[in-house]
Amino acid sequence: MPINRHSLHAIFSTTLATTISTAMLAFTLPAMANPDPSDWQSVVAEAEGQTVYWNAWGGEARTNAYIEWVAQQVDARYGIELVHVKLGDTSEAVSRVLAEKQAGNDNTGSVDMVWINGENFAAMKNNDLLFGPWSDSLPNYPLTDPDNTPAVRYDWTIPIDGLESPWSSSQVVFYYDTALVEEHPNNMPELLDWAAQNPGEFTYPQVPNFLGNAFITQALLELGEDTRIFYQPMQAEDFDAATEPLWAYLDELHPHLWRSGRAFPSNSADLRSLMGDSEISIALSFSTTEASGAIANYELPDTVRSYVHDSGMIGNMSFMAIPYNAEHKAGAMVVANYLMSPEAQAEKQDPEVWGSNTVLAMEQLTAEERALFDNIDLGIATLPPKELGEVLGQPHPSWVDALAEAWQERYVN
Amino acid sequence: MLLRLAPWILIGVLVVPLAAGLLMVILPAFGYLPVLGGETFHFDAWQALWQRPGLYRSILLSYTSGLITTLVSLSIVVLFLAASRGTWLDRGIRRLVSPLLAIPHAAVAFGLAFLITPSGLFVRWVSPGLTGWERPPDLLIVNDPMGLALMAGLVLKEVPFLLLMCLAALPQLGPEKRVTLARSLGYSANIAWLKSVFPALYPLIRLPVYAVVAYATSVVDMAMILGPTLPPTLSVSILGWFNDPDLDRRYMASAGAVLQLGVTLAALLTWWLGEQCVKRISEGWLVNGARSSGSIAIAVGGRVLLTTTTLLAISAIGGLVIFSVAGFWRFPDALPGTFTLDHWQRILPSVTTPLLNTLSVGLAATLIAAVLVVATLENAARHHLPVSRSQWLLYLPLIVPQVAFLFGLVVAAESISVRPQWALVVAAHLLFVAPYLYLSLSEAYRRLDPRWVQVAHSLGASPWRAFCRVRLPLLLAPLLTACAVSLAVSIGQYLPTLLLGGGRVPTITTEAVAMASGGNRRLIAVLALLQALLPFIGFSLALMIPRLMWSKRRNMRGVV
Repeated sequence: MPINRHSLHAIFSTTLATTISTAMLAFTLPAMANPDPSDWQSVVAEAEGQTVYWNAWGGEARTNAYIEWVAQQVDARYGIELVHVKLGDTSEAVSRVLAEKQAGNDNTGSVDMVWINGENFAAMKNNDLLFGPWSDSLPNYPLTDPDNTPAVRYDWTIPIDGLESPWSSSQVVFYYDTALVEEHPNNMPELLDWAAQNPGEFTYPQVPNFLGNAFITQALLELGEDTRIFYQPMQAEDFDAATEPLWAYLDELHPHLWRSGRAFPSNSADLRSLMGDSEISIALSFSTTEASGAIANYELPDTVRSYVHDSGMIGNMSFMAIPYNAEHKAGAMVVANYLMSPEAQAEKQDPEVWGSNTVLAMEQLTAEERALFDNIDLGIATLPPKELGEVLGQPHPSWVDALAEAWQERYVN
Repeated sequence: MLLRLAPWILIGVLVVPLAAGLLMVILPAFGYLPVLGGETFHFDAWQALWQRPGLYRSILLSYTSGLITTLVSLSIVVLFLAASRGTWLDRGIRRLVSPLLAIPHAAVAFGLAFLITPSGLFVRWVSPGLTGWERPPDLLIVNDPMGLALMAGLVLKEVPFLLLMCLAALPQLGPEKRVTLARSLGYSANIAWLKSVFPALYPLIRLPVYAVVAYATSVVDMAMILGPTLPPTLSVSILGWFNDPDLDRRYMASAGAVLQLGVTLAALLTWWLGEQCVKRISEGWLVNGARSSGSIAIAVGGRVLLTTTTLLAISAIGGLVIFSVAGFWRFPDALPGTFTLDHWQRILPSVTTPLLNTLSVGLAATLIAAVLVVATLENAARHHLPVSRSQWLLYLPLIVPQVAFLFGLVVAAESISVRPQWALVVAAHLLFVAPYLYLSLSEAYRRLDPRWVQVAHSLGASPWRAFCRVRLPLLLAPLLTACAVSLAVSIGQYLPTLLLGGGRVPTITTEAVAMASGGNRRLIAVLALLQALLPFIGFSLALMIPRLMWSKRRNMRGVV
């Protein structure tokens, strides 16, 4: 039943006609003045009555509940209606913006604000899909102490340039079941030894999932002699030598993994389920409070605890960005600024609510504001901030891309 | 007059968006995507695609799993129908099967994975008592490299679909008369059905069978949960490339989408060749006069296979129900340590709007599709038009990967300044709903004995009156079934709802898919059960209404 040539021809001629006529129809509206964040009063005034469509991953009930709380707050304070567009994957919002740009809709885009970081940010920035600069003029931005905190100025080594405002900070942690593991490993070589003695009880998400990428990046940084090279754009000639220790390590580790490395869980949620089913006894997460949260959600046994490697763990921040064509930029800015307020940040950090770490620098806050954070009970399986150790920066995205590619070539057959 | 326009409206409604969508798949596959700076045509994307590790395995997996799934599902359904005699047991099995249609694919996949995985329900029930396992064994059952778990999951969903299609088509063939006649010639009942009813039935369910082939070769959600991972099936790989933060990968993804189209067409072609072979080979068997050889095997096999499928699916749903109220559930406990309503309480307060949206969009799309399809078919029937070749166009929305195709649709809608809104979502759903409605209904419509309407005309009834009083009532069961299938298809749409609606029209499915990405099995279970609720009501109505309407006319009742 192949389609006959005739109908294919018909499709093409119809489409060409459609495209031409739509191209003629599409006209650019006169550019509307974008809100200017340095004149904050007028931004707040313009924002009142706007409906802000916030595109954010919707896979976690507690995150969704927190966003719902934010919606109530900004409605009461600023008269903004905040709508959470729940995504399965951030790229769905990127697709939407891309399609709008392709069609020439430069002023009335349907995505007002997007929860983003790392590679997605780099891609949107490179393709001129973001509005800005705006974030460094927000009234609450100084509370992050940007002069002394590179993490709010660089997202995976990419300069932020005022295109996204900090929202949450996160760090990779391992978690293990104390009922099944007597002593947890403290670095990658120990993890390998442990895996060899406990075959099938550890695994990591399949690359290029972001947590899978984070695991191999962590291994790369721990096993490498000199890690400075990873914070520069990757040069092809350096790749083999710089990553050789990583592949040697993974080649040795994989036979000892869950299912002998013949299958990998697809994401951090799958990994958590394997832990809940006692299939594995050590896992990792990009959220320091994942284990406590999952215990509260009945997903993990209450014998689970978190730990970090001696040399520190990879960490990064996630941000709010506004697409270049967002229809309600003023509203989005006001919401983004509110999200950085001590009140909203403290609420977010409470594990009862969500348990996601603040981006604010405590010394920038008043004593009263600091007290909001001091009184939070972090939960039984969460490491207190001082035990989290050093935060290792994310390497340049070009390295992570190349690593993911090389992983596929090696382990997918 | 209006009737004559119907086929053109139907084709217009489908072809224009289809063309726009396809164009935005094909152009980037050859390097043209101005928004990302691609302004010249070249084959770079194809070269990158061919060099992907594991590509050939991915293609082979998609192709074979699609064909094997269809063959197994069809065999189960045919053997069961041949064996079933309308006893209470057979009726009971049939009634159990149809609600399974309402359960979303992903939910069945989650449920099945939890049954058969080494830490799953089956192992829990026999551990540690029979097995001595305190920890789950390290066995690769789900995500196996051959795709067996994926095929099993697909079979669970496709068997109810094909069975329903058969049950809707059967009444007009008068199967009892055929079987009675054959039995009077000494054929055993099962063989009588296979030799006298099935050859007449197959042409009626051919389009749905092709839809199964197309669906099974390109399925994404089930393949992500149950399918192999190193490498995954082609459709899952493509989704990964489209979702890759590196936007330049979209060129390769588009090339992959074109390749997927080719793989699906190849599978369809293979199936068609298989049909021709079976036709040749079975000609001898049909008239060889053997009256009962293999009869017992059919009688046992048909019932056992369908019962097994049904029980597996029901256990999978049972697993979901338990999870929706489960506290922590340690391996190898047979049941959760504690039960809680937390999960339901967390979800229920926020589902009213999504449920209403789901219902309004689904009903609107189904209604529009039903009017267009029935008008088209009625037009063809009145003017004795042959089956047009253009019906193959209808299949395109079902086989082109949605993620590729919808991008073009969004571009098209934005180009003519249509903003995301409810009506646009309905229009997008129509694209997927109308083909299913058409393929579920068209053969039944076309093959309705024309003498019924001729008799009505000879008694002086106008064409319109003959349509309303004769054709429509006779086709009530297949029409309602087709509508129920369409409603279920509409309810299952995720990407069209999200991308065309710009997030303005949340449905129970957008909520469920977003939640599924977080992997909390308990909340996924709650949403999957809620998601199944509306199609379940739809299928129940489709089965009940003909029974109530024709409670005094046994031969009209058809289904069940």
